[in-house]
Amino acid sequence: MTDLSNRVAERAATRPRHFWTIPRRDALVGYLLISPQLAGSVLFVLLPLGLVVYYSLQEWNVLAGTFEFVGGQNYAKLLADPNMGQVLTSTALFSIGLVVLNLALALTLAILLDQRLRGTTFFRTLFFSPVLVSLVAWTIVWQFLLQQDGGVNGLLGAAGVDGPNWLRGETTALLSVVVVQVVKNVGLNMVLFLAALQGVPRQLYEAAQLDGAGAWTRFLRITVPLISPTILLTSIITVVGSLQVFAQIAVLTQGGPGMSTTVLVYYLYQQAFQFRHLGYGATLSVLLFLIVAALTLLQWRLRRKWVFHES
Amino acid sequence: MSRRVKLALYALLCVLCVPFVFPTWWMVTSSVKPISDIFAFPPALVPSRFDFSTYSRVFELQPFGQQYLNSLYIAAVVTVGTMAVAAMAGYAFARIRFPGQNVLFLVVLVGLLIPSEVTIVPLFQMFHAAGMTDTHWPLILVPILGAPSVLATFIMRQFFITLPDELEEAARVDGLGRFGTFYRVVLPLARPALGAVAIFTFLHSWNLYLEPIVFLSTPSKFTLPQALTQFVDAYGSPLWNVQLSAATMTALPILVVFVLAQRQFIEGLAHTGLKG
Repeated sequence: MTDLSNRVAERAATRPRHFWTIPRRDALVGYLLISPQLAGSVLFVLLPLGLVVYYSLQEWNVLAGTFEFVGGQNYAKLLADPNMGQVLTSTALFSIGLVVLNLALALTLAILLDQRLRGTTFFRTLFFSPVLVSLVAWTIVWQFLLQQDGGVNGLLGAAGVDGPNWLRGETTALLSVVVVQVVKNVGLNMVLFLAALQGVPRQLYEAAQLDGAGAWTRFLRITVPLISPTILLTSIITVVGSLQVFAQIAVLTQGGPGMSTTVLVYYLYQQAFQFRHLGYGATLSVLLFLIVAALTLLQWRLRRKWVFHES
Repeated sequence: MSRRVKLALYALLCVLCVPFVFPTWWMVTSSVKPISDIFAFPPALVPSRFDFSTYSRVFELQPFGQQYLNSLYIAAVVTVGTMAVAAMAGYAFARIRFPGQNVLFLVVLVGLLIPSEVTIVPLFQMFHAAGMTDTHWPLILVPILGAPSVLATFIMRQFFITLPDELEEAARVDGLGRFGTFYRVVLPLARPALGAVAIFTFLHSWNLYLEPIVFLSTPSKFTLPQALTQFVDAYGSPLWNVQLSAATMTALPILVVFVLAQRQFIEGLAHTGLKG
Protein backbone atom coordinates (compact mmCIF):
# COMPACT_ATOMS: atom_id res chain seq x y z
CA MET A 1 0.00 0.00 0.00
CA THR A 2 2.65 2.52 1.04
CA ASP A 3 4.84 1.18 -1.72
CA LEU A 4 2.14 1.92 -4.23
CA SER A 5 1.45 5.41 -2.97
CA ASN A 6 5.19 6.12 -2.94
CA ARG A 7 5.39 5.14 -6.54
CA VAL A 8 2.37 7.29 -7.39
CA ALA A 9 3.98 10.20 -5.63
CA GLU A 10 7.25 9.63 -7.47
CA ARG A 11 5.50 9.59 -10.78
CA ALA A 12 3.59 12.70 -9.93
CA ALA A 13 6.80 14.44 -9.01
CA THR A 14 8.72 13.46 -12.14
CA ARG A 15 5.99 13.85 -14.70
CA PRO A 16 3.63 16.80 -15.21
CA ARG A 17 0.06 15.86 -14.42
CA HIS A 18 -2.04 15.88 -17.53
CA PHE A 19 -5.55 15.40 -16.32
CA TRP A 20 -5.71 16.09 -12.59
CA THR A 21 -4.62 19.70 -12.70
CA ILE A 22 -5.23 21.83 -9.64
CA PRO A 23 -8.37 23.51 -11.02
CA ARG A 24 -9.81 20.11 -11.91
CA ARG A 25 -9.07 18.64 -8.53
CA ASP A 26 -10.59 21.76 -6.94
CA ALA A 27 -13.70 21.35 -9.05
CA LEU A 28 -14.03 17.71 -8.00
CA VAL A 29 -13.71 18.63 -4.33
CA GLY A 30 -16.26 21.40 -4.87
CA TYR A 31 -18.80 19.05 -6.38
CA LEU A 32 -18.22 16.51 -3.61
CA LEU A 33 -18.71 19.11 -0.89
CA ILE A 34 -21.94 20.51 -2.30
CA SER A 35 -23.40 17.13 -3.28
CA PRO A 36 -25.41 16.43 -0.06
CA GLN A 37 -27.03 19.87 -0.10
CA LEU A 38 -27.62 19.75 -3.83
CA ALA A 39 -29.15 16.26 -3.69
CA GLY A 40 -31.35 17.39 -0.80
CA SER A 41 -32.48 20.49 -2.68
CA VAL A 42 -33.42 18.44 -5.72
CA LEU A 43 -35.10 15.63 -3.77
CA PHE A 44 -36.81 17.60 -0.98
CA VAL A 45 -37.40 21.02 -2.56
CA LEU A 46 -37.51 21.00 -6.37
CA LEU A 47 -39.13 17.58 -6.83
CA PRO A 48 -41.92 18.26 -4.28
CA LEU A 49 -42.43 21.68 -5.83
CA GLY A 50 -42.97 20.07 -9.21
CA LEU A 51 -45.18 17.39 -7.64
CA VAL A 52 -47.34 19.94 -5.84
CA VAL A 53 -48.15 21.59 -9.17
CA TYR A 54 -48.85 18.17 -10.70
CA TYR A 55 -51.08 17.14 -7.78
CA SER A 56 -53.00 20.39 -8.02
CA LEU A 57 -54.22 19.23 -11.44
CA GLN A 58 -55.68 16.00 -10.03
CA GLU A 59 -58.93 15.23 -8.30
CA TRP A 60 -57.40 13.30 -5.45
CA ASN A 61 -59.42 12.36 -2.42
CA VAL A 62 -57.81 9.67 -0.29
CA LEU A 63 -61.04 8.89 1.55
CA ALA A 64 -62.97 8.44 -1.68
CA GLY A 65 -60.01 6.70 -3.35
CA THR A 66 -60.04 8.96 -6.41
CA PHE A 67 -57.00 10.12 -8.37
CA GLU A 68 -57.68 11.48 -11.83
CA PHE A 69 -56.52 14.33 -14.02
CA VAL A 70 -59.01 17.19 -13.92
CA GLY A 71 -56.98 20.05 -15.37
CA GLY A 72 -57.83 23.41 -13.87
CA GLN A 73 -60.84 22.21 -11.88
CA ASN A 74 -59.13 22.63 -8.50
CA TYR A 75 -58.23 26.18 -9.46
CA ALA A 76 -61.83 26.86 -10.48
CA LYS A 77 -62.87 25.40 -7.12
CA LEU A 78 -60.37 27.72 -5.40
CA LEU A 79 -61.88 30.78 -7.08
CA ALA A 80 -65.42 29.67 -6.20
CA ASP A 81 -64.59 28.49 -2.65
CA PRO A 82 -66.90 30.49 -0.35
CA ASN A 83 -64.33 30.16 2.46
CA MET A 84 -61.48 31.74 0.51
CA GLY A 85 -62.60 35.32 1.10
CA GLN A 86 -62.54 34.78 4.86
CA VAL A 87 -59.29 32.76 4.76
CA LEU A 88 -57.43 35.38 2.74
CA THR A 89 -58.81 38.20 4.90
CA SER A 90 -57.73 36.42 8.09
CA THR A 91 -54.31 35.69 6.57
CA ALA A 92 -53.83 39.31 5.48
CA LEU A 93 -55.05 40.78 8.79
CA PHE A 94 -52.89 38.37 10.74
CA SER A 95 -49.77 39.05 8.65
CA ILE A 96 -50.17 42.81 8.61
CA GLY A 97 -50.90 42.95 12.34
CA LEU A 98 -47.99 40.69 13.12
CA VAL A 99 -45.43 42.43 10.92
CA VAL A 100 -46.34 45.95 11.98
CA LEU A 101 -46.51 45.12 15.68
CA ASN A 102 -43.39 42.94 15.59
CA LEU A 103 -41.15 45.43 13.76
CA ALA A 104 -42.41 48.45 15.73
CA LEU A 105 -41.96 46.70 19.07
CA ALA A 106 -38.59 45.20 18.09
CA LEU A 107 -37.25 48.61 17.07
CA THR A 108 -38.65 50.31 20.18
CA LEU A 109 -37.11 47.71 22.48
CA ALA A 110 -33.80 47.86 20.63
CA ILE A 111 -33.66 51.65 20.94
CA LEU A 112 -34.55 51.48 24.65
CA LEU A 113 -31.83 48.90 25.24
CA ASP A 114 -29.31 50.89 23.21
CA GLN A 115 -29.44 53.75 25.73
CA ARG A 116 -26.58 54.19 28.14
CA LEU A 117 -28.30 52.50 31.03
CA ARG A 118 -27.18 49.92 33.56
CA GLY A 119 -28.86 46.54 33.36
CA THR A 120 -29.66 46.58 29.66
CA THR A 121 -28.11 43.10 29.31
CA PHE A 122 -30.50 41.87 31.98
CA PHE A 123 -33.53 43.33 30.21
CA ARG A 124 -32.28 42.06 26.86
CA THR A 125 -32.21 38.57 28.36
CA LEU A 126 -35.76 38.92 29.65
CA PHE A 127 -37.15 40.16 26.32
CA PHE A 128 -35.29 37.44 24.47
CA SER A 129 -36.27 34.56 26.79
CA PRO A 130 -39.63 33.64 25.11
CA VAL A 131 -37.66 32.76 21.94
CA LEU A 132 -36.19 29.87 23.92
CA VAL A 133 -39.42 28.56 25.44
CA SER A 134 -40.66 25.78 23.21
CA LEU A 135 -43.41 27.05 20.93
CA VAL A 136 -46.24 24.73 21.95
CA ALA A 137 -45.41 25.10 25.67
CA TRP A 138 -45.59 28.88 25.26
CA THR A 139 -48.89 28.64 23.40
CA ILE A 140 -50.43 26.30 25.99
CA VAL A 141 -49.59 28.72 28.79
CA TRP A 142 -51.18 31.60 26.89
CA GLN A 143 -54.21 29.49 26.12
CA PHE A 144 -54.65 29.09 29.85
CA LEU A 145 -53.97 32.76 30.57
CA LEU A 146 -56.45 33.93 27.92
CA GLN A 147 -59.41 31.88 29.19
CA GLN A 148 -62.47 33.71 30.49
CA ASP A 149 -61.27 33.19 34.09
CA GLY A 150 -57.55 33.06 33.18
CA GLY A 151 -54.58 35.09 34.32
CA VAL A 152 -54.90 37.95 31.84
CA ASN A 153 -58.43 38.76 32.95
CA GLY A 154 -57.28 38.25 36.53
CA LEU A 155 -54.69 40.99 36.06
CA LEU A 156 -57.22 43.19 34.28
CA GLY A 157 -59.71 42.53 37.08
CA ALA A 158 -57.14 43.69 39.61
CA ALA A 159 -57.03 46.96 37.65
CA GLY A 160 -60.83 47.13 37.69
CA VAL A 161 -61.37 46.19 34.04
CA ASP A 162 -63.69 43.39 32.92
CA GLY A 163 -61.79 41.40 30.28
CA PRO A 164 -63.51 39.65 27.36
CA ASN A 165 -63.34 35.92 26.63
CA TRP A 166 -60.31 36.44 24.42
CA LEU A 167 -60.28 33.26 22.36
CA ARG A 168 -64.04 33.14 21.77
CA GLY A 169 -64.57 36.53 20.14
CA GLU A 170 -63.68 36.88 16.44
CA THR A 171 -61.68 40.09 16.76
CA THR A 172 -60.08 39.30 20.10
CA ALA A 173 -59.11 35.78 18.94
CA LEU A 174 -57.17 37.11 15.96
CA LEU A 175 -55.63 39.82 18.11
CA SER A 176 -54.68 37.22 20.74
CA VAL A 177 -52.90 34.97 18.25
CA VAL A 178 -50.99 37.97 16.88
CA VAL A 179 -49.90 39.17 20.32
CA VAL A 180 -48.92 35.67 21.53
CA GLN A 181 -46.78 35.23 18.42
CA VAL A 182 -45.22 38.71 18.57
CA VAL A 183 -44.23 38.37 22.23
CA LYS A 184 -42.78 34.91 21.50
CA ASN A 185 -40.51 35.99 18.67
CA VAL A 186 -39.91 39.74 18.83
CA GLY A 187 -36.67 39.07 20.74
CA LEU A 188 -35.02 37.80 17.57
CA ASN A 189 -35.72 40.97 15.61
CA MET A 190 -34.81 43.05 18.65
CA VAL A 191 -31.36 41.45 18.74
CA LEU A 192 -30.85 42.06 15.01
CA PHE A 193 -31.86 45.72 15.42
CA LEU A 194 -29.60 46.11 18.44
CA ALA A 195 -26.63 44.80 16.46
CA ALA A 196 -27.48 47.25 13.67
CA LEU A 197 -27.93 50.20 16.05
CA GLN A 198 -24.57 49.52 17.63
CA GLY A 199 -23.02 49.83 14.18
CA VAL A 200 -24.23 53.43 13.75
CA PRO A 201 -21.32 55.80 14.46
CA ARG A 202 -22.03 57.95 17.55
CA GLN A 203 -20.29 60.95 16.00
CA LEU A 204 -23.14 61.29 13.52
CA TYR A 205 -25.61 61.85 16.35
CA GLU A 206 -23.29 64.28 18.08
CA ALA A 207 -22.76 66.26 14.88
CA ALA A 208 -26.50 66.36 14.20
CA GLN A 209 -27.17 67.48 17.74
CA LEU A 210 -24.71 70.34 17.34
CA ASP A 211 -26.59 71.31 14.19
CA GLY A 212 -29.74 71.51 16.27
CA ALA A 213 -31.51 68.34 15.14
CA GLY A 214 -34.03 67.00 17.66
CA ALA A 215 -34.29 63.38 18.75
CA TRP A 216 -37.02 62.56 16.22
CA THR A 217 -35.15 64.15 13.32
CA ARG A 218 -31.97 62.28 14.30
CA PHE A 219 -33.97 59.03 14.37
CA LEU A 220 -35.52 59.61 10.94
CA ARG A 221 -32.46 61.06 9.20
CA ILE A 222 -29.66 59.02 10.74
CA THR A 223 -30.90 55.88 12.45
CA VAL A 224 -33.49 54.69 9.94
CA PRO A 225 -31.33 55.13 6.81
CA LEU A 226 -28.30 53.49 8.42
CA ILE A 227 -30.15 50.46 9.71
CA SER A 228 -32.35 50.11 6.62
CA PRO A 229 -30.63 46.90 5.41
CA THR A 230 -31.57 45.29 8.71
CA ILE A 231 -35.13 46.63 8.44
CA LEU A 232 -35.40 45.02 5.01
CA LEU A 233 -33.97 41.72 6.23
CA THR A 234 -36.17 41.51 9.33
CA SER A 235 -39.27 42.51 7.39
CA ILE A 236 -38.68 39.76 4.80
CA ILE A 237 -38.09 37.17 7.53
CA THR A 238 -41.13 38.35 9.49
CA VAL A 239 -43.51 38.53 6.52
CA VAL A 240 -42.60 35.04 5.32
CA GLY A 241 -42.69 33.76 8.92
CA SER A 242 -46.13 35.28 9.49
CA LEU A 243 -47.52 33.28 6.57
CA GLN A 244 -46.17 30.06 8.08
CA VAL A 245 -47.75 30.33 11.52
CA PHE A 246 -49.48 27.06 12.25
CA ALA A 247 -48.84 25.57 15.70
CA GLN A 248 -50.13 28.64 17.56
CA ILE A 249 -53.42 28.55 15.67
CA ALA A 250 -53.79 24.77 15.92
CA VAL A 251 -53.31 24.95 19.69
CA LEU A 252 -54.99 28.27 20.57
CA THR A 253 -58.09 28.50 18.40
CA GLN A 254 -58.24 25.66 15.81
CA GLY A 255 -59.01 28.37 13.30
CA GLY A 256 -62.08 29.61 15.18
CA PRO A 257 -64.31 31.12 16.31
CA GLY A 258 -66.04 30.68 12.98
CA MET A 259 -63.13 30.95 10.55
CA SER A 260 -61.77 34.16 12.01
CA THR A 261 -58.28 32.70 12.64
CA THR A 262 -58.20 30.18 9.79
CA VAL A 263 -55.14 31.43 7.94
CA LEU A 264 -54.05 29.90 4.65
CA VAL A 265 -51.60 27.37 6.13
CA TYR A 266 -54.18 26.14 8.62
CA TYR A 267 -56.81 25.85 5.87
CA LEU A 268 -54.29 23.94 3.75
CA TYR A 269 -53.66 21.53 6.63
CA GLN A 270 -57.39 21.00 7.20
CA GLN A 271 -58.14 20.34 3.54
CA ALA A 272 -55.15 18.06 2.92
CA PHE A 273 -54.75 16.15 6.16
CA GLN A 274 -58.10 16.35 7.98
CA PHE A 275 -60.53 16.13 5.04
CA ARG A 276 -57.95 14.28 2.89
CA HIS A 277 -58.54 16.41 -0.21
CA LEU A 278 -54.91 16.17 -1.26
CA GLY A 279 -55.47 17.63 -4.74
CA TYR A 280 -57.16 20.70 -3.34
CA GLY A 281 -54.55 20.90 -0.58
CA ALA A 282 -51.88 20.95 -3.28
CA THR A 283 -53.75 23.77 -5.05
CA LEU A 284 -53.76 25.78 -1.82
CA SER A 285 -50.02 25.06 -1.51
CA VAL A 286 -49.44 26.54 -4.96
CA LEU A 287 -51.39 29.64 -3.88
CA LEU A 288 -49.29 29.92 -0.71
CA PHE A 289 -46.11 29.61 -2.75
CA LEU A 290 -47.24 32.30 -5.19
CA ILE A 291 -48.08 34.69 -2.34
CA VAL A 292 -44.74 34.12 -0.58
CA ALA A 293 -42.80 34.46 -3.84
CA ALA A 294 -44.65 37.63 -4.84
CA LEU A 295 -44.15 39.28 -1.44
CA THR A 296 -40.46 38.37 -1.34
CA LEU A 297 -39.88 39.71 -4.85
CA LEU A 298 -41.83 42.88 -4.06
CA GLN A 299 -39.74 43.56 -0.97
CA TRP A 300 -36.56 42.84 -2.87
CA ARG A 301 -37.62 45.29 -5.58
CA LEU A 302 -38.44 47.92 -3.01
CA ARG A 303 -34.98 47.66 -1.49
CA ARG A 304 -33.68 50.43 -3.74
CA LYS A 305 -36.17 52.82 -2.23
CA TRP A 306 -35.78 51.61 1.30
CA VAL A 307 -32.24 50.61 1.69
CA PHE A 308 -29.79 53.40 2.05
CA HIS A 309 -26.60 51.45 1.57
CA GLU A 310 -25.74 47.94 0.64
CA SER A 311 -22.33 46.52 1.21
CA MET B 1 -29.25 61.69 30.81
CA SER B 2 -31.16 63.16 33.70
CA ARG B 3 -32.29 61.02 36.64
CA ARG B 4 -35.93 61.51 35.77
CA VAL B 5 -35.48 60.26 32.21
CA LYS B 6 -33.57 57.27 33.56
CA LEU B 7 -36.28 56.43 36.04
CA ALA B 8 -38.94 56.75 33.35
CA LEU B 9 -36.96 54.43 31.06
CA TYR B 10 -36.57 51.82 33.81
CA ALA B 11 -40.29 52.02 34.57
CA LEU B 12 -41.12 51.59 30.89
CA LEU B 13 -38.79 48.59 30.57
CA CYS B 14 -40.31 46.97 33.65
CA VAL B 15 -43.88 47.36 32.33
CA LEU B 16 -42.92 46.10 28.87
CA CYS B 17 -41.29 43.06 30.48
CA VAL B 18 -44.53 41.72 31.95
CA PRO B 19 -45.94 39.86 28.92
CA PHE B 20 -42.45 38.46 28.21
CA VAL B 21 -41.70 37.16 31.67
CA PHE B 22 -45.09 36.48 33.25
CA PRO B 23 -46.09 33.47 31.08
CA THR B 24 -42.87 31.59 31.78
CA TRP B 25 -43.02 32.45 35.48
CA TRP B 26 -46.66 31.37 35.54
CA MET B 27 -45.89 28.10 33.77
CA VAL B 28 -43.05 27.13 36.11
CA THR B 29 -44.78 28.14 39.35
CA SER B 30 -48.16 26.70 38.35
CA SER B 31 -46.57 23.35 37.61
CA VAL B 32 -45.85 22.93 41.31
CA LYS B 33 -49.08 24.48 42.59
CA PRO B 34 -51.97 22.42 43.92
CA ILE B 35 -54.83 22.44 41.41
CA SER B 36 -56.93 24.81 43.55
CA ASP B 37 -54.15 27.41 43.27
CA ILE B 38 -54.01 27.17 39.47
CA PHE B 39 -57.59 28.29 39.23
CA ALA B 40 -57.33 30.84 42.01
CA PHE B 41 -58.82 34.17 41.03
CA PRO B 42 -57.08 36.60 41.02
CA PRO B 43 -54.09 34.42 40.07
CA ALA B 44 -51.54 33.52 42.74
CA LEU B 45 -48.02 34.60 41.79
CA VAL B 46 -46.30 32.14 44.12
CA PRO B 47 -47.52 28.66 45.09
CA SER B 48 -49.19 28.50 48.52
CA ARG B 49 -47.61 25.06 48.94
CA PHE B 50 -45.59 22.80 46.67
CA ASP B 51 -47.24 19.87 44.94
CA PHE B 52 -45.05 17.84 42.63
CA SER B 53 -47.59 15.08 42.02
CA THR B 54 -48.47 16.27 38.51
CA TYR B 55 -44.88 15.64 37.43
CA SER B 56 -45.32 11.90 37.95
CA ARG B 57 -48.74 11.96 36.25
CA VAL B 58 -47.07 13.33 33.10
CA PHE B 59 -45.22 10.05 32.79
CA GLU B 60 -48.26 7.91 33.66
CA LEU B 61 -50.55 9.40 31.02
CA GLN B 62 -48.13 9.14 28.12
CA PRO B 63 -44.75 7.59 27.27
CA PHE B 64 -43.34 11.03 28.06
CA GLY B 65 -39.79 9.84 28.73
CA GLN B 66 -39.68 8.20 25.33
CA GLN B 67 -41.18 11.29 23.69
CA TYR B 68 -38.58 13.45 25.41
CA LEU B 69 -35.81 11.19 24.09
CA ASN B 70 -37.34 11.31 20.59
CA SER B 71 -37.24 15.12 20.54
CA LEU B 72 -33.72 15.23 21.99
CA TYR B 73 -32.14 12.72 19.64
CA ILE B 74 -33.93 14.07 16.55
CA ALA B 75 -32.83 17.62 17.39
CA ALA B 76 -29.25 16.44 18.07
CA VAL B 77 -28.96 14.44 14.85
CA VAL B 78 -30.54 17.24 12.80
CA THR B 79 -28.22 19.84 14.35
CA VAL B 80 -25.01 17.90 13.75
CA GLY B 81 -26.15 16.85 10.27
CA THR B 82 -27.11 20.38 9.26
CA MET B 83 -23.80 21.78 10.53
CA ALA B 84 -21.89 19.24 8.42
CA VAL B 85 -23.95 19.66 5.25
CA ALA B 86 -24.06 23.46 5.51
CA ALA B 87 -20.36 23.87 6.34
CA MET B 88 -19.33 21.72 3.39
CA ALA B 89 -21.65 23.33 0.86
CA GLY B 90 -21.08 26.82 2.24
CA TYR B 91 -17.31 26.41 1.96
CA ALA B 92 -17.46 25.07 -1.59
CA PHE B 93 -19.78 27.84 -2.79
CA ALA B 94 -17.66 30.52 -1.11
CA ARG B 95 -14.05 29.44 -1.74
CA ILE B 96 -13.82 26.95 -4.58
CA ARG B 97 -14.29 27.76 -8.25
CA PHE B 98 -15.98 25.11 -10.33
CA PRO B 99 -18.03 25.12 -13.53
CA GLY B 100 -21.77 25.67 -13.04
CA GLN B 101 -21.24 27.09 -9.57
CA ASN B 102 -23.63 30.01 -9.91
CA VAL B 103 -26.43 27.98 -11.42
CA LEU B 104 -26.10 25.29 -8.75
CA PHE B 105 -26.10 27.94 -6.03
CA LEU B 106 -29.34 29.36 -7.43
CA VAL B 107 -30.85 25.86 -7.49
CA VAL B 108 -30.02 25.51 -3.80
CA LEU B 109 -31.27 29.02 -2.97
CA VAL B 110 -34.79 28.19 -4.19
CA GLY B 111 -35.16 26.46 -0.82
CA LEU B 112 -35.00 29.86 0.91
CA LEU B 113 -38.08 30.98 -0.96
CA ILE B 114 -40.22 27.94 -0.20
CA PRO B 115 -41.86 27.56 3.19
CA SER B 116 -41.95 23.89 4.17
CA GLU B 117 -45.76 24.10 4.34
CA VAL B 118 -45.86 24.43 0.54
CA THR B 119 -44.24 21.04 0.00
CA ILE B 120 -45.81 19.13 2.88
CA VAL B 121 -48.41 17.33 0.69
CA PRO B 122 -45.92 15.87 -1.83
CA LEU B 123 -43.36 15.16 0.90
CA PHE B 124 -46.01 13.19 2.75
CA GLN B 125 -46.75 11.21 -0.41
CA MET B 126 -43.05 10.59 -1.14
CA PHE B 127 -42.35 9.29 2.36
CA HIS B 128 -45.60 7.31 2.29
CA ALA B 129 -44.48 5.64 -0.96
CA ALA B 130 -41.11 4.86 0.63
CA GLY B 131 -42.84 3.29 3.64
CA MET B 132 -41.39 5.93 5.96
CA THR B 133 -44.52 7.51 7.42
CA ASP B 134 -44.84 6.99 11.16
CA THR B 135 -41.04 6.85 11.39
CA HIS B 136 -38.62 9.61 12.35
CA TRP B 137 -36.91 9.63 8.94
CA PRO B 138 -38.92 12.54 7.46
CA LEU B 139 -38.20 14.64 10.56
CA ILE B 140 -34.47 13.95 10.19
CA LEU B 141 -33.80 13.82 6.44
CA VAL B 142 -35.81 16.83 5.29
CA PRO B 143 -34.33 19.33 7.79
CA ILE B 144 -30.74 18.13 7.24
CA LEU B 145 -30.81 18.08 3.45
CA GLY B 146 -33.87 20.06 2.39
CA ALA B 147 -35.13 23.63 2.63
CA PRO B 148 -34.33 24.22 6.35
CA SER B 149 -30.61 23.60 5.80
CA VAL B 150 -30.43 26.05 2.90
CA LEU B 151 -30.47 29.02 5.29
CA ALA B 152 -27.62 27.39 7.22
CA THR B 153 -25.65 26.86 4.00
CA PHE B 154 -26.24 30.50 3.09
CA ILE B 155 -25.01 31.70 6.49
CA MET B 156 -21.89 29.52 6.29
CA ARG B 157 -21.18 30.80 2.77
CA GLN B 158 -21.46 34.41 3.93
CA PHE B 159 -19.01 33.62 6.71
CA PHE B 160 -16.46 31.83 4.52
CA ILE B 161 -16.51 34.67 1.98
CA THR B 162 -15.05 37.00 4.63
CA LEU B 163 -11.97 34.81 5.22
CA PRO B 164 -8.76 36.20 3.70
CA ASP B 165 -7.30 34.40 0.65
CA GLU B 166 -3.85 34.33 2.24
CA LEU B 167 -5.07 31.83 4.79
CA GLU B 168 -5.67 29.14 2.23
CA GLU B 169 -2.53 30.01 0.28
CA ALA B 170 -0.53 29.53 3.45
CA ALA B 171 -2.23 26.20 4.12
CA ARG B 172 -1.48 25.12 0.58
CA VAL B 173 2.18 26.10 0.84
CA ASP B 174 2.31 24.03 4.01
CA GLY B 175 1.21 21.08 1.92
CA LEU B 176 -2.44 20.74 2.82
CA GLY B 177 -4.93 19.78 0.13
CA ARG B 178 -8.42 21.21 -0.21
CA PHE B 179 -9.94 18.78 2.28
CA GLY B 180 -7.10 19.35 4.74
CA THR B 181 -7.47 23.12 4.46
CA PHE B 182 -11.19 22.87 4.98
CA TYR B 183 -11.07 20.49 7.90
CA ARG B 184 -7.96 21.65 9.76
CA VAL B 185 -7.73 25.38 9.02
CA VAL B 186 -11.04 26.84 7.92
CA LEU B 187 -13.54 24.85 9.98
CA PRO B 188 -11.98 25.66 13.37
CA LEU B 189 -12.17 29.36 12.44
CA ALA B 190 -15.85 29.03 11.64
CA ARG B 191 -16.86 28.22 15.21
CA PRO B 192 -18.99 31.37 15.75
CA ALA B 193 -20.97 30.78 12.56
CA LEU B 194 -21.30 27.07 13.31
CA GLY B 195 -22.49 27.95 16.81
CA ALA B 196 -25.24 30.18 15.49
CA VAL B 197 -26.29 27.55 12.95
CA ALA B 198 -26.37 24.97 15.75
CA ILE B 199 -28.57 27.18 17.95
CA PHE B 200 -31.23 27.99 15.44
CA THR B 201 -31.24 24.50 13.94
CA PHE B 202 -31.76 22.96 17.37
CA LEU B 203 -34.56 25.41 18.20
CA HIS B 204 -36.21 24.84 14.84
CA SER B 205 -36.20 21.08 15.28
CA TRP B 206 -37.29 21.32 18.93
CA ASN B 207 -40.32 23.45 17.94
CA LEU B 208 -41.36 21.55 14.83
CA TYR B 209 -45.10 20.87 15.01
CA LEU B 210 -46.78 20.54 11.60
CA GLU B 211 -44.40 17.85 10.34
CA PRO B 212 -44.68 15.57 13.40
CA ILE B 213 -48.48 15.70 13.43
CA VAL B 214 -48.56 14.98 9.69
CA PHE B 215 -46.01 12.17 9.70
CA LEU B 216 -46.41 10.44 13.09
CA SER B 217 -49.39 8.52 14.45
CA THR B 218 -47.99 6.26 17.21
CA PRO B 219 -47.77 8.03 20.62
CA SER B 220 -44.42 6.40 21.52
CA LYS B 221 -42.92 8.01 18.40
CA PHE B 222 -44.32 11.49 19.10
CA THR B 223 -42.09 14.48 19.69
CA LEU B 224 -42.60 16.87 22.61
CA PRO B 225 -44.68 19.65 20.97
CA GLN B 226 -47.07 17.01 19.71
CA ALA B 227 -47.14 15.19 23.05
CA LEU B 228 -47.89 18.37 25.00
CA THR B 229 -51.29 18.77 23.40
CA GLN B 230 -52.33 15.20 24.27
CA PHE B 231 -52.79 15.70 28.01
CA VAL B 232 -56.59 15.86 27.91
CA ASP B 233 -59.35 14.20 29.89
CA ALA B 234 -61.95 11.80 28.50
CA TYR B 235 -63.96 14.74 27.12
CA GLY B 236 -61.02 16.35 25.33
CA SER B 237 -60.60 19.19 27.82
CA PRO B 238 -56.99 19.95 28.73
CA LEU B 239 -55.64 18.67 32.05
CA TRP B 240 -54.10 22.04 32.85
CA ASN B 241 -51.95 21.09 35.81
CA VAL B 242 -50.43 18.13 33.95
CA GLN B 243 -49.97 20.14 30.75
CA LEU B 244 -48.17 22.92 32.62
CA SER B 245 -45.81 20.41 34.29
CA ALA B 246 -45.04 18.79 30.95
CA ALA B 247 -44.62 22.20 29.30
CA THR B 248 -42.19 23.24 32.05
CA MET B 249 -40.12 20.13 31.44
CA THR B 250 -39.84 20.92 27.71
CA ALA B 251 -39.03 24.58 28.25
CA LEU B 252 -36.59 24.46 31.15
CA PRO B 253 -33.55 22.67 29.62
CA ILE B 254 -33.18 25.23 26.84
CA LEU B 255 -33.81 28.16 29.19
CA VAL B 256 -31.13 26.87 31.56
CA VAL B 257 -28.60 26.44 28.74
CA PHE B 258 -29.49 29.92 27.55
CA VAL B 259 -28.99 31.56 30.92
CA LEU B 260 -25.59 29.87 31.24
CA ALA B 261 -24.41 30.83 27.75
CA GLN B 262 -26.46 33.99 27.29
CA ARG B 263 -23.77 36.14 25.68
CA GLN B 264 -22.60 33.69 23.04
CA PHE B 265 -26.20 32.81 22.32
CA ILE B 266 -27.45 36.28 21.52
CA GLU B 267 -24.29 37.56 19.88
CA GLY B 268 -23.96 34.40 17.82
CA LEU B 269 -27.43 34.94 16.42
CA ALA B 270 -26.97 38.65 15.92
CA HIS B 271 -23.68 38.52 14.06
CA THR B 272 -24.33 35.76 11.63
CA GLY B 273 -24.32 36.65 7.98
CA LEU B 274 -26.49 39.65 8.66
CA LYS B 275 -23.95 42.34 7.99
CA GLY B 276 -24.82 43.02 4.40
